[in-house]
Amino acid sequence: MDLADYQRAARQWLERNVPSGEQAGGDPIAVAKDFMARLYDAGYSGITWPERWGGQGLTQQEERAFNAAARDFALPTYVFSIGLGMTGPTIVDRGTDAQRERFVRPLLRGEEIWCQLFSEPGAGSDVAALQTRAERDGDGWIVNGQKVWTSVAQHADWGLLLARTNVDVPKHKGLTMFVVDMHHPGVTVRPLKDMSGRSNFNEIFFDDVHIPDEHRVGDVDDGWSVAVTTLLHERLSISAGVGMGGRKDHPASLEALRRTLDTSDPLVRDELVELHIRSRALDLFNRRLAQETEAGVFPGARGSVAKLLLAELTLFQADLATRLAGPESVAGGHPLGAALAMAPGLALGGGTNEIMRNIVGDRVLNLPPEPRVDKNVPFKELKVGTQA
Amino acid sequence: MKLVLSQEQRELRAAVRDFLAAASPPGKARQGYDPQVYARLNGELGLSGLIVGEEYGGAGAGFAELAVALEETGAVLLPGPFLATVFATIALTRAPDKELLSGIAEGRLSATLAGDGATAGGDGLTGTLPRVLSGMEADVLLVTAGSGLYAVDLTGPGVTRTPLDTLDITRGQAGIVLDGAPGRLLGEPGDEVADLVAVALAAEQLGVMRAALDAIVAYAKIRVAFGRYIGSYQGVKHKLADMHGKLEQAESIVRYAAWAADEAADELPGAAALAQAYVGRACFEVARDHLLLYGGIGYTWEHDAHLYFKRAKTDEVLLGPTRIHRARLAELLEL
Repeated sequence: MDLADYQRAARQWLERNVPSGEQAGGDPIAVAKDFMARLYDAGYSGITWPERWGGQGLTQQEERAFNAAARDFALPTYVFSIGLGMTGPTIVDRGTDAQRERFVRPLLRGEEIWCQLFSEPGAGSDVAALQTRAERDGDGWIVNGQKVWTSVAQHADWGLLLARTNVDVPKHKGLTMFVVDMHHPGVTVRPLKDMSGRSNFNEIFFDDVHIPDEHRVGDVDDGWSVAVTTLLHERLSISAGVGMGGRKDHPASLEALRRTLDTSDPLVRDELVELHIRSRALDLFNRRLAQETEAGVFPGARGSVAKLLLAELTLFQADLATRLAGPESVAGGHPLGAALAMAPGLALGGGTNEIMRNIVGDRVLNLPPEPRVDKNVPFKELKVGTQA
Repeated sequence: MKLVLSQEQRELRAAVRDFLAAASPPGKARQGYDPQVYARLNGELGLSGLIVGEEYGGAGAGFAELAVALEETGAVLLPGPFLATVFATIALTRAPDKELLSGIAEGRLSATLAGDGATAGGDGLTGTLPRVLSGMEADVLLVTAGSGLYAVDLTGPGVTRTPLDTLDITRGQAGIVLDGAPGRLLGEPGDEVADLVAVALAAEQLGVMRAALDAIVAYAKIRVAFGRYIGSYQGVKHKLADMHGKLEQAESIVRYAAWAADEAADELPGAAALAQAYVGRACFEVARDHLLLYGGIGYTWEHDAHLYFKRAKTDEVLLGPTRIHRARLAELLEL
């Protein structure tokens, strides 16, 4: 089947299967799980993932064709976005065969929901300063500590957890990655209300949570390198919009704005042209990165460029749209006001814009690093968190 | 849509880059046009014939290849009539003329393209063309008069050329007065010539901005202040990261626009306007910030930073005030 046929078939499938109207109502998790199962059975989940673990083993071309078809639909897959974009690829890249066998297919089929447990109240941008402890307990581990900003944790079955296993070595060298059962009685999930009024993320408390050693991902004390794999996938998936559903109906999109604004005003027209220019510039960059990936050039830290640009575009777009729409945008629950209230999220989650610029400077441009006071000091002697 | 270079295109880039690094490094740009370098560029590398059809002795390549070459000539601020000849060649591929195209492909002729501004009468072409790119160096002028595209021998009768004092000292312009100059009618000017010229210019701009960014990144790795390399300061590093983001997007747009020029005529107008609206601005911003990050040395005449700054500004406004590209986008988007 050539790509055009593939895309056409995907489109037809989506037209028949994406829940709309009444179907889209009801329990959103049940709707999402039901949709993912059908997506998987139709061969559209894990398009580029290895066949051996339940993926389709196809190329980026098919994935792009599917994404192009999916752009016009609002897929109810948000709750799987962490698993599909970040933790799943980490298990595929760094997990054991037993872990791949156990976890990948249920993720792709929407049977299990995943969250990612890295950030802590005292360790956000500086995530390697985290303090959650995992201590040896026979043939397993006991975890105590707190995580924060954890999207979809309230629905999650599994979490990818980064914890400290050694305080006598420098901070990056004493971390280990685990898969933790979110249904363990020692796990407490509390929703956090964000500035948009929604509760899409949570804080998580671990009290003597037991993890079997076969749920360790990578070597003991080598968790940082596993985390770097996850974070690379995170930035790429954010900029490519994996599992985020369609953006077509975004209230601050050019298509939406042109319907409501007076485009006979040349000032309005020029602002919309600016939005078009910036959107197109980033869109083409993302397509170029995808083509490079397909040609075997892994974008690596350049994914951080795309993530930074998307964060900036998102804020610019919501800011511009509210300025153009005027006072009605900030009253009466207007969707543009809501879009503006959500817009800072992307500039903070998955690494702040400042951290992205550090990464681009250090790893893309190879600029000299900042002098570090924390690199060679044993973790237990280091200042961490917020200290007066 | 093809946004990455093929193996052959990467080889072309390496060949042009190596040649220019030896024959015309950026520091040489301030000495102006060197006909010997120009002859070798066309002779050894065949750059002037890149998009000339094989039937006229050219390579018959597309805009994807042309963009690769222009990026490199832009990166070293190549002086002389190369870009002007590219513009004229674009017009000629739409109104082919064997003598001119084969002359350009062989490197015997350089040419330049002016818009309208002349009228054709019984006693030749008449008109004033206030700013013609490389007008002093080019042998032939292509000019639109009425509904015709004409070729004028710039060394012939009825032509007065005056060099202009230009901001960009690496590449000149001339005021040209035609007073009964003999003109040869080539055909009708092609509709898409302006768009193709915009794409070609954007490719040069991509090279200018890449070279400016490379230069300041290299400097940030060796210049020390307060006991540290300046590139280690976030005040500098973050600015460079933002400049890199502009470069990545500019390259993506140039590849896209070159692809549209070669393969997707329906997307060309939007791609060309986007290329000028985004890349033109980004190129100047990067050249500006690269100059500023050098500190005081960047403000000196001896340093090359101002050459990039001035080329970037000259290129940004070369095809008109920048709002024309934005207005074109508004029109194409039916806003």
